[in-house]
Amino acid sequence: MTGIVLAARNIAKSYGQVHALKGVNFDIRRGEVTTLFGENGAGKSTLMKILSGVIQPSSGEIVLDGQPARFANAAEAQARGISIIHQELSLAPNLSVRDNIFMGREIMTPFGVDYAEEERQVRRLMEELEEDIDPRTPVEELRLGQQQIVEIARALSVDSRILIMDEPTSALSASEVEVLFRVIRDLKARGVSIVYISHHLEEALTITDHAVVLRDGVMTASAPRDRIDLEWIVRNMVGENYDLGSPPDTVPGNVALSIRGLCVPDATGQDLVRGLDLDIRAGEIVCIYGLMGAGRTELLEAIAGRLRASAGQIVLDGQEVGHLSIAERIARGLALVPEDRQRDGLVQTMSVGQNLSLASIARFTRGLFIDARAERALIEDSIRSVTIKTAGGDAAIGSLSGGNQQKVVIGKILATQPRVIMLDEPSRGIDIGAKAEVFRLLAEGARQGLAVLYSTSEVSECLSIAHRIIVMHKGRISAEFDSSVTKERIMAASGESVAA
Amino acid sequence: MSASTTNPALPKRRTLNLTRILLEGRAFFALIAIIAVFSSLSPHYFTVANFLIMSSQVAIFGILAIGMLLVILNGGIDLSVGSILALSGVVAGAMMQGVELDALGVILYPPVWAVVVLTLCVGAAVGAVNGVLVAIFKVPPFVATLGVMYVARGIALLMTNGLTYNNLRGREELGNTGFAWLGFNRLWGIPISVIVLAGIAIIAGLVLSRSAFGRWLYASGGNERAAELSGVPVKRVKITVYVVSGMLSAVAGLVLASQLTSAGPTAGMTYELTAIAAVVIGGAALTGGRGTVRGTMLGAFVIGFLSAGLVIIGVSSYWQTVFTGAVIVLAVLMNSIQYGGPRKG
Repeated sequence: MTGIVLAARNIAKSYGQVHALKGVNFDIRRGEVTTLFGENGAGKSTLMKILSGVIQPSSGEIVLDGQPARFANAAEAQARGISIIHQELSLAPNLSVRDNIFMGREIMTPFGVDYAEEERQVRRLMEELEEDIDPRTPVEELRLGQQQIVEIARALSVDSRILIMDEPTSALSASEVEVLFRVIRDLKARGVSIVYISHHLEEALTITDHAVVLRDGVMTASAPRDRIDLEWIVRNMVGENYDLGSPPDTVPGNVALSIRGLCVPDATGQDLVRGLDLDIRAGEIVCIYGLMGAGRTELLEAIAGRLRASAGQIVLDGQEVGHLSIAERIARGLALVPEDRQRDGLVQTMSVGQNLSLASIARFTRGLFIDARAERALIEDSIRSVTIKTAGGDAAIGSLSGGNQQKVVIGKILATQPRVIMLDEPSRGIDIGAKAEVFRLLAEGARQGLAVLYSTSEVSECLSIAHRIIVMHKGRISAEFDSSVTKERIMAASGESVAA
Repeated sequence: MSASTTNPALPKRRTLNLTRILLEGRAFFALIAIIAVFSSLSPHYFTVANFLIMSSQVAIFGILAIGMLLVILNGGIDLSVGSILALSGVVAGAMMQGVELDALGVILYPPVWAVVVLTLCVGAAVGAVNGVLVAIFKVPPFVATLGVMYVARGIALLMTNGLTYNNLRGREELGNTGFAWLGFNRLWGIPISVIVLAGIAIIAGLVLSRSAFGRWLYASGGNERAAELSGVPVKRVKITVYVVSGMLSAVAGLVLASQLTSAGPTAGMTYELTAIAAVVIGGAALTGGRGTVRGTMLGAFVIGFLSAGLVIIGVSSYWQTVFTGAVIVLAVLMNSIQYGGPRKG
């Protein structure tokens, strides 16, 4: 087909031992929306960053208009008409909307920046996007969804031929999504090619012309819209023999953790968790499902002690722990494996072993000094029981794959011998094999009487080891199911539209 | 596993092995080079007497640098150490001159041990102010310690009216002699100040490598959020490092006052910068989490032996400044190669 404007040929990318992409071929067609499907960690964002020049591939080539091309950086790719809207916003919060949109490309007159012309162009863009945002508003005063719109406006303002959108709708309201889709259709009509990435499969399907599925850094399927459906995508995304296990056969014991009327406010005092009640028994596995912004992370961080609750009780084994510090809660057996392991889970400057023993180091202190032999024994024991693939306890954290890094964080928390373990999106950014191992570990813990509470944004992960599934929506529990529930009912309760 | 063909970093690392050894032991090799060069240029440099004199000068900066290392490992900075040094000296000086109690109409001459203990308490108290500002009130360390730097210096000037306490030897009949012991005496031929430095360095080294506190410090400097979620008392660790830094500044102040047998409010100007330089030359990362006592000691000796050597061979003090600056820039450059280079492709 001659309509291919940009193509990836056999692209591979490795970070040390981590192979994010393993020889991917990918075509972008003129005037079409090519949607890239795949689970977290499948390599979607990595591929898009390579196509837009943000990072360089380890091997393989990029073909632009039939000619091999190399982009040393994002600016070079942009000069050739390729723009990317990142998943994480890349705006300067202190600058105005106008300054953000024209950052690095200011319109100059002999006397300086032509602010009036910039503002005129921003107003026109905002009209096109049907968003009433003043060009001079500082970005930090905008809602997250509006910031996303500014990001989109910036990409539109450079007249791109190829526009890559990495999860553009995750922070948008339903009406904002509609506007975005209308803009995408307009762009298509003008011959702009769009690459679209989203976790909302149904939503993405409504604007897809061509679907491509990535799994574990490999392209598993590619087909035009008229030959695919939701089931086809899911099957190719997760693979045929995809099994995350089933709820372990445990007899739930006493209530280990009891939450009553918990409220957690954000920085402005608005409640993100609103009067939530929850009980978890020893040996029980409970899954919290919810969309972004449902309040899952805030709930878990408040229970762990990172965030301060404005009301409510947190009772561990019959004792109120709401007033205790994180360290005291860990000592009593309540610990959290955070969502973002790079930011909150690991100390990159320390070795694998030092990370593993960090949370329980005080236990190994004899007099003034750490008992080195006991620490070594714990580290070796953890590496074995959590099955971390590493050269040894002295290896650098950065040398491990994402899945093994996650196991280090889990191993660190398990070493504190918790009674209740909470995991915030434990499968984020790790491959399917590691995911299954993490779930197996949790099931094993439950068999030994551990109470497990984990959150996820992937429905398939609810229907695995959890005895109970709790759906959160806008800070409240909107539904509660046992393990026999269907995916559709979970999604409906989360506020996701299930229009097939 | 078959990444060696696609990953350019792997074969490169093997060929750079010698370079890596040189890079990691850079402060050590720099010190050897400095000693070798100056020994060949001057017959007076490579003598036991000279090494002991140079070491007793290094002691002051070395003690400050160990405190600075703890703060830098935590991801902070302590600009107030020079001022705390001066304030401590002045406080000690004032006590040696006698504390006049108007209400009772008597003048107290505390014994030297009491002077030392009280001075250390003053240093710790000023450090605690730094720590509380940074840990509890979330003031950026640079700003908090900059403010305290001015305040401490100002108090030292107020206490003395800008003058210097000159006679700190004490008087036999008052029972407060012995202050000069720190700065002048020798044990087994080694200046006391050097022994004090060695003792502090050994304790600090053990605490950093072998104690839970040391591990907490490295963890909270490397990633404070992760450390906190792992149950590390990050605030307590933070306050502690500033208190220790203040206390070590007081030790350095006592040593300096003792060496000079005088204490002035303008002592120790810009010493904080020398201490930071020693820590950086020793390979610590200003972003926190990386650094060792051994490296910092080497850094302190590199600076001390370099400037002493330049004096001995008769280079002007202006050139000394230039050389010291060049060494610091070089050290920072190498740090960024070591910590930033190999990981990003």
